[in-house]
Amino acid sequence: MFTHRFSLAALVSALVFVHPGSAQVVRYGFGTPATPDELAKFFSIPPDGRGLPSGSGNAKKGAELYALACAACHGEKLEGNPAKGIGGDKLLGGRGSLATKTPVKTVESYWPYATTLFDYIKRAMPFNAPGSLSDDDIYSIVAYILSEAKIIKPTETMDAKTLPAVTMPNKDGFVPDPRPEVELYR
Amino acid sequence: MDKWNTGPITYDEKSRRMADEMVQAEARHFARRSAKDIDCDCKDGMFPRASFADRRTFLFAAGSLTFAAPALAQTAKTPPGAIQFPVPDDPTKEQGRPVAADGGYGSRSQFETEVRVRFPTANENTSWSFTPLDKMLGNTTASGLHFERHHGGIPTIDPAKHVLFVHGMVNGPRKFTMADIKRYPSVTRKHFIECSGNGLTEWNKPTLKTVQGTHGLLSTSEWTGVQFATIAREVGLKDGGSWVLAEGADAAVMTRSIPMEKMLKDAILAYGQNGEAIRPEQGYPLRLLLPGYEGNTHIKWLRRLEVSDKPFMTREETSKYTDLLANGKARQFSMDMEAKSVITFPSGDMKLPGPGFYSVTGLAWSGRGRVQSVDVSVDAGKTWVPARIDSVPDPICTVRFSLPWVWDGKAAVLQSRCTDETGYIQPSLAQLIAIRGSNGPFGSIYHLNAIQSWGVAEDGSVTNVHA
Repeated sequence: MFTHRFSLAALVSALVFVHPGSAQVVRYGFGTPATPDELAKFFSIPPDGRGLPSGSGNAKKGAELYALACAACHGEKLEGNPAKGIGGDKLLGGRGSLATKTPVKTVESYWPYATTLFDYIKRAMPFNAPGSLSDDDIYSIVAYILSEAKIIKPTETMDAKTLPAVTMPNKDGFVPDPRPEVELYR
Repeated sequence: MDKWNTGPITYDEKSRRMADEMVQAEARHFARRSAKDIDCDCKDGMFPRASFADRRTFLFAAGSLTFAAPALAQTAKTPPGAIQFPVPDDPTKEQGRPVAADGGYGSRSQFETEVRVRFPTANENTSWSFTPLDKMLGNTTASGLHFERHHGGIPTIDPAKHVLFVHGMVNGPRKFTMADIKRYPSVTRKHFIECSGNGLTEWNKPTLKTVQGTHGLLSTSEWTGVQFATIAREVGLKDGGSWVLAEGADAAVMTRSIPMEKMLKDAILAYGQNGEAIRPEQGYPLRLLLPGYEGNTHIKWLRRLEVSDKPFMTREETSKYTDLLANGKARQFSMDMEAKSVITFPSGDMKLPGPGFYSVTGLAWSGRGRVQSVDVSVDAGKTWVPARIDSVPDPICTVRFSLPWVWDGKAAVLQSRCTDETGYIQPSLAQLIAIRGSNGPFGSIYHLNAIQSWGVAEDGSVTNVHA
């Protein structure tokens, strides 16, 4: 069935969409080119830090910003807040708990990359005003959380260079999906 | 592996709190039903169609003022998605409503009451709601009853302003309006979507009462849209582009990294659902559809696809949708939804009126292909008989199955077991825990595809049990 469908598709594209005597494949031509300016507003920061913006911050400044923008949901001591209408995740603690009967998954104990923290805060936080923090503010808040988690020193500056170099406690904690499990086959 | 399986399963603090709150929410949902429905031998839900719940609505709507007590007025509330009309004593003796008086878009009957139920997360904007599988007929989920999982609420998006950007490791980054996207050749395919958190309360002990709670993060629709492969040809992929980041235009700006192999195999940029535009809760005007992958990857309100040589390690694919095992390591990019099935009738909180014939029915599905066969047991898995497959199996789609059963009035345990076309057989919970470890699931909670058991007591009451 699939083979038939694919071969038919190949036939159609060969007949209709290739100019005779030319290797140039003619596209449908729908849509328009996206300019660098249009793409500049987007970001998604992988572990190597590609695309991290300029700017910087430290834990001291981050503590002030955290109290204003984050503490209501994530707790003054980054302990989380399960209250109705809030439900902010706990950010600290749980180190060494992952292999126990009561694993506690937090930024400190579970998150493998510091770049993910920057990406997520810039993307979706604070919950009541997503995307409202400046890049300096985000670097500062990230520095504060990592410092409180004792992953970096309180004096360290976070920027596009230093953030990807941070080693998270659980960086080696992930394995590829090993499924399918052969014992479940007939 | 044995050391993973010592002692009872425990919940972590957050999972335990979520499960407890869901039990309370389910109790509140039950309390809202009238005492008559609950005490009656013929409980609402005994049959797949809610034919008993609305007698008072009928009487009230018929203008029987004597019934207009406050409690009654409450039960006469119009169900969501319906309009309340007067009910004539004899519809053959007066004209009905004029043609198209509804403005040209229909509503469901005022007597149909099934609704999604929200999981009581602390925050209503990042939450989920369950499809009432016990009331579902056939093999398609009504669009308005499709389960939801949102991380930043449901955005309102003007399709005239919505743009999809495709960039990264492509020859020519491009943007597409909805009008552009709809000009491409489309495909229409029927697929289920299941949240990988479906059943998260059920690892430890039977927790929720109904199949809506235990399995309701599963829905099936016919989806229409453009294959990603078509768009990939348009922009031209560069060598080495092996992952694609998909991003949504909601307040969570949801992102997941998807293997290019999957994107080119069968990913659909979907704008149609069950014959009309997809619903706002399902990603209007455009969502990613990844047949057989966990629900979270089917990015709704899709605005951007970025081709990359590596995954981006987003928050969802590191800290959330990963499966922590008992040795402290977590499985990552565990995308496939494996073969699974559940009996929807009879199911939890129903009551059989007495011994006799019942058509046992349910749903089976696999993220790895077609359902090959479904077996049903009425003796807790000691013996199995093949069920009838009532719908034509499509790849990566639910099937409706059924089995004629004459209940002798003795206690019974009903189970179903799905085998998919790859030869994979749906495991028992014990088998699954033997693989995943006994504390792993509560680090992870996801991907519970074990056989579900419903206990039938001698009085006909049906309950969620582990057997």
